[in-house]
Amino acid sequence: MTARPFEARSMGTALDRVDGREKVTGRATYAVEHDADLDEAPLHAWLVTSTTASGRVLRVDAAEALAHPHVVTVLDHTNAPRLADTEDRELAVLQDDRIGFRGQIVAVVLAETSEAAREGARLVRVHQEAADASVSLDGAETYAPEEANGGFEAATDQGDFDAAWAAAPVQLEQTYSTPLEFNNPMEPHAATALWRDGSLTLWDSTQAVHGVASTLAPMLGISQDRVRVQAPYIGGGFGSKGLPHGPEMAVALAARWADGRPVKLAVTRQQMFGLTGYRTRTVSHLRIGAEPDGRITALEHAAVGQSSAVKEFVEQTAVPARMMYAASSLRTSHRVAALDVAVPSWMRAPGEMPGMFALEVAMDDLAEATGIDPIELRERNEPEVDPETGNPYNNRRLVECLHRGADLFGWQDRPAEPRATLDGDWWVGTGVASATYPASFAPGNTARIIALDGGRYEVSIGAVDLGTGSRTVLLQIAADALGVDPEAIDLALADTDLPMATVAGGSSGTSSWGTAIAQTAQQFRADHGEHPDPGVETTTTTDGYPSTDHALHSFGAVFAEARVHRLTGEVRVPRLLGVYSVGRVINPMTARSQLLGGLTMGLSAALFEDAYQDPRFGHVVTQDLASYHVAAHADVRDLQVEWLDDVDELATPMGSRGIGEIGIVGTSAAILNAASHATGVRVRDLPATPDVFSS
Amino acid sequence: MEHTVSLRIDGVDQEVSVDTRTTLLDALRERVGNTSPKKGCDHGQCGSCTVLLDGRRHLTCLALAVAYDGAEIVTASGLAGEGDDGELHPVQQAFLAHDGYQCGYCTPGQVCSAVGVIDEAKRGQPSHVTDDLEADIDLDDDEIRERMSGNLCRCGAYVGILDAVREAAAR
Ligand code: FES
Ligand code: FES
Repeated sequence: MTARPFEARSMGTALDRVDGREKVTGRATYAVEHDADLDEAPLHAWLVTSTTASGRVLRVDAAEALAHPHVVTVLDHTNAPRLADTEDRELAVLQDDRIGFRGQIVAVVLAETSEAAREGARLVRVHQEAADASVSLDGAETYAPEEANGGFEAATDQGDFDAAWAAAPVQLEQTYSTPLEFNNPMEPHAATALWRDGSLTLWDSTQAVHGVASTLAPMLGISQDRVRVQAPYIGGGFGSKGLPHGPEMAVALAARWADGRPVKLAVTRQQMFGLTGYRTRTVSHLRIGAEPDGRITALEHAAVGQSSAVKEFVEQTAVPARMMYAASSLRTSHRVAALDVAVPSWMRAPGEMPGMFALEVAMDDLAEATGIDPIELRERNEPEVDPETGNPYNNRRLVECLHRGADLFGWQDRPAEPRATLDGDWWVGTGVASATYPASFAPGNTARIIALDGGRYEVSIGAVDLGTGSRTVLLQIAADALGVDPEAIDLALADTDLPMATVAGGSSGTSSWGTAIAQTAQQFRADHGEHPDPGVETTTTTDGYPSTDHALHSFGAVFAEARVHRLTGEVRVPRLLGVYSVGRVINPMTARSQLLGGLTMGLSAALFEDAYQDPRFGHVVTQDLASYHVAAHADVRDLQVEWLDDVDELATPMGSRGIGEIGIVGTSAAILNAASHATGVRVRDLPATPDVFSS
Repeated sequence: MEHTVSLRIDGVDQEVSVDTRTTLLDALRERVGNTSPKKGCDHGQCGSCTVLLDGRRHLTCLALAVAYDGAEIVTASGLAGEGDDGELHPVQQAFLAHDGYQCGYCTPGQVCSAVGVIDEAKRGQPSHVTDDLEADIDLDDDEIRERMSGNLCRCGAYVGILDAVREAAAR
């Protein structure tokens, strides 16, 4: 049976977070806070990393480290446990002498205390042979990949772009770029590992417990049922904890070596910049051909990004241009350079974030070139069907979001000309950008429901709540699907001993897990009725949700006010508003926080986030929170979110679509458009730091 | 080198054996088993490790435990009553009411910091945005934002945190 839509009773209400008390007291236990569950004091692991970008480890001299009190051992490629499969070079740590980037794990120190482990790591001498390295995207050779992240086609070509471009009365050709950006969840990547009787138990800071088990097990040469991964609390991830990275394998190998004794590893904030993924730098070359009335006839988005020679990652930057606006000819492409640098990975809204940054600043450029109001310009380019597939949209309410936002924000009072308002020493301006995100759904999720005594139910799925509120929202879904109150449900999550769940990522979690829970609840009722005997149970796995030939996407409109100091170039954002169409909002309180969090991260990207690479070694030198700036409290002023009344039962039986990522999409563009409107200085590269405006 | 320090932690006197290199944060987390203060950076850059140390908010990752013999520490856990139904501190209640968090990792530090901020304002301590250094401190939104800026929240819960601190301060 596939799930059917069901009545919303708890869904749509602001049920309190069920884990709030644990969080505000700090009693919630994160990945290296499980000593109470261990029967022996854990060893502490500390990573030693390479200082050359490319080459070989000649010799790891551990003598001094081993002589340090409480250091137990130093593992390197000569003595670490062997893996059965080393094809994934990011994860095959300590298996050979090759160095693929500066910051790669080359040794692991194990000690009785964290102080000794850390000092031991300092005392390890790693003799390395350096080879020539290519570490900068500028001028690097690029190639066309087979596909982009998410399984998207790397290149598309519809209509005759060249002819349409050549004939276009208005031609816009510009380059837009986003820098290296780092997820920087507040909880550094960390894990506690225990290898006992040939099985591995991990308390991991991960967005996907089953994903970690299914990735690590074959590499370790053991069956997946011998790897148990639990992740009761995760201190954020934003994608960086969506896939396992090198440190997880390092701690697993250390635990295998320590056979029977638990091992804890917390990656340092500095090491995270080399080992836990990041958003690649993107350079987007856009060509837009338009009629004088703003209608786009030709659109090309050619994206170049950084990948790593160790493992390919292609940010799908040009993908949103395929569906965003009507254009009779449309060409997109991706190229990447395989550099000797750390491996890029997922960071909140991969593809949409940098791609919509480029496209939405370009739309502002086009508005300026044609003299058309930015909102009107977007309306004129509203497609009737999905430009990529030709399928009808379900619920494409971008224009409503723009209009609602314009009303709330006071857009009509905006001077059309840039550099029109000086308030004291501050230039003031406003800007807008569209947001979008696909309604993602991952099949293959399994949920189990067991009837308990007294009309209670146990609902289990291995899904992870990475902090967004899944533990609360899934409870609401389960309650409504079973037709009971949330209090009647015991929900078990985040453990590979529970039924299989896909990653908390790509804004797919609630949609995919919720559908599995709904389908199981409906099957449970069909099997066992309204008054089941305690102990009866039903387990089902989703193949999908009734397929539709509609294009399913969420949309939004982001409005920003920027003030730019006329002497120093400092940019402030006193107001930021996002209006969204995201299907049914299951919990208005957690949803608001998630959308506000996305806006905040977009603000952070607009003004601050940038990482400086050492041109010789390619590593990031701004590798801490003092030099890699993220938005702090005083940077965030009047932030508002609103959503349209919406139910999308083509997307999910709950009527919802995912909301984890759309909040960051378009936000940086809206802010830069506002800063350009304030100053008359067009900025096409993130972030908009003071130097950009002060010259 | 091991050393013993006496600490009063969340109302309980404890003798804690530490390495001379042990930070107060690691002493709490790894030696006492109190993981309420979190480690976000270990470099004094994020505020996750904030506790109340002798009544004032303090970053425990930048403090060596041996230097704090005899100190009194209150963590976010100690601000609340024990157990699953122990009473929460008003600041904690306000964080729940305004959803001033998502993942919860920065939260114990935010809570301790907020308790410290409210007290500092009461005692008349000015901040970078205080105009009148003589007058009583009005803990308005700008003051709260400024004073809470040492506590980073990557989940971006600042709007809820502001509402929570404003409400708790008004109580
Ligand atoms: S852990 Fe102490 S300030 Fe970050
Ligand atoms: S709640 Fe996640 S970092 Fe603040």
